[in-house]
Amino acid sequence: MNRRHFLGHTAAFAAAPIVADEKQTRVIDCNLHLGRHPNRDLPQVDSAFLSKHHIDQAWAGSFEALLHRDIAAVNQRLAVACKHQPRLRPAGSIHLLLPAWKDDFNRCVDTHGMNILRLHPSHHGYTLDDPSFTQLLELASARQVLVQIVTQLEDQRTQHPLTQVAPVDLKPLTEIMKRVPSARVMLLNANAAMVTKTLQGSTNLWLDMAMIEGVGGVENLLKSWPTEKLCFGSHAPFFYWESSALKLQESVLTSEQLVAVQQGNAQALL
Amino acid sequence: MRIWDLHCHLSGVAGLTPEDRLSELLRYADRVGIERLCIYMGMKWAQDPTPDDLVKQNDEVLRALDKHSDRAFGFVYLSAKHIERSLSELERCVANGPMLGVKLWVAQHCNVPEIDPIIARAAELKAVIFQHTWFKTNGNYVGESTPDDLVALAKRFPKVPIICGHTGGTWELGLRAIRDQKNLFADLAGSDPTWGITEMAVRELGADRIIYGSDSGGRSFASQLAKVHGAQISEADKQKIFCDNLRGLMLPILEAKGIKA
Repeated sequence: MNRRHFLGHTAAFAAAPIVADEKQTRVIDCNLHLGRHPNRDLPQVDSAFLSKHHIDQAWAGSFEALLHRDIAAVNQRLAVACKHQPRLRPAGSIHLLLPAWKDDFNRCVDTHGMNILRLHPSHHGYTLDDPSFTQLLELASARQVLVQIVTQLEDQRTQHPLTQVAPVDLKPLTEIMKRVPSARVMLLNANAAMVTKTLQGSTNLWLDMAMIEGVGGVENLLKSWPTEKLCFGSHAPFFYWESSALKLQESVLTSEQLVAVQQGNAQALL
Repeated sequence: MRIWDLHCHLSGVAGLTPEDRLSELLRYADRVGIERLCIYMGMKWAQDPTPDDLVKQNDEVLRALDKHSDRAFGFVYLSAKHIERSLSELERCVANGPMLGVKLWVAQHCNVPEIDPIIARAAELKAVIFQHTWFKTNGNYVGESTPDDLVALAKRFPKVPIICGHTGGTWELGLRAIRDQKNLFADLAGSDPTWGITEMAVRELGADRIIYGSDSGGRSFASQLAKVHGAQISEADKQKIFCDNLRGLMLPILEAKGIKA
């Protein structure tokens, strides 16, 4: 096959639109971060960033929540940042091993009006079978708050040696969610192995796709995971935003699946 | 943008035969605009392959290439632990066969002197040489090379271009390690699409020493393409990284074999 033949008979020219076309479908990105990362200098998520990537709405947590102990101040700064950028929806962080963490929950929900909360179990040093996690789910369920669990932030092989954390062990999750059936949980940065091993059949559980890997990875995941439980997430700016966008182009998805993953499922969640 | 993918495998992708798996890879490559794939290693890997394993895996690549020679290039899988068989495989698959490059993985550190005859013969054949490397925070495999190991090898062959696979994975370290060894090229494949890899690579090595690869089928093409599509570098540099640098390394052997690409 010569090059002209290749270009004529493949979707080569379709590669550009997902990262550059002004008419591209707009997305809700469930997995963005603001604030300073502890050991990387990353681009700012600002209005220009959102516009460049056609992001209608982004659910933003804060990198500062990973290591800061004054998490109330982290959430306060996040709330202020999101007030200045209407496309950002703040996902405040709760650290379940801090004294009086329920006050942080109340401040996030009542003072800041947040309806998404983000947990970092590995960075904060607890497992999902910690009783406080079930308590948090009960509180969130009562207030109709979506709980995002960051299952991992970075490949263990490349982590800074002084901040090494393992992925969250998801095995207890299915049983815990049976005890709080109305709780809604979204796993961020889960990979396909984590999901297929432990979470098949779980209800009220959503995933983002930032760390769904392998050739045709999203398409393959959807052979065993319900489309309505998968949402677009980029893990930007830690990851190049284009990674998740191009995954949707690489996988063979119906137009209904595409719309659901890019926007519809996230819209329905809130 | 013309895109060649330096780093593809027949594992992690559906298909019962090597040719079916390569067909499947190409089906997805088409969807994201990749023109050519370099493939190496067979359907079932071994970290420390026996001589017969090497032959079997190379046979599988040859079988896949037979069907898709217009879209794929093959690299012969060799091991510094089995020099005699590696040299005979080099003759069979590259000197007398259709393959264009050499793949060295994790059986043996690449700084050992035993590897030298492989590098010397590959250079005579103008074959592209690819050495896997990682700097893993949680520890490398026993025989897994680091970029530092590769620098030691590259110093012994200063005129032979060698590709530093994965740029050491932990690229902030890998790029620093190889920066001053000018015959080393950085492969972007197979690590998470963490922001900044390509920008730092261009800053530290220059765009002429960086090559796009995916490490598919274990990786998506998408996450690895994003490292270049999403990088804050010039379009001209992106074109170098996506195709021109690899094509430049391959041209001598392509021309020697009379292949137009």
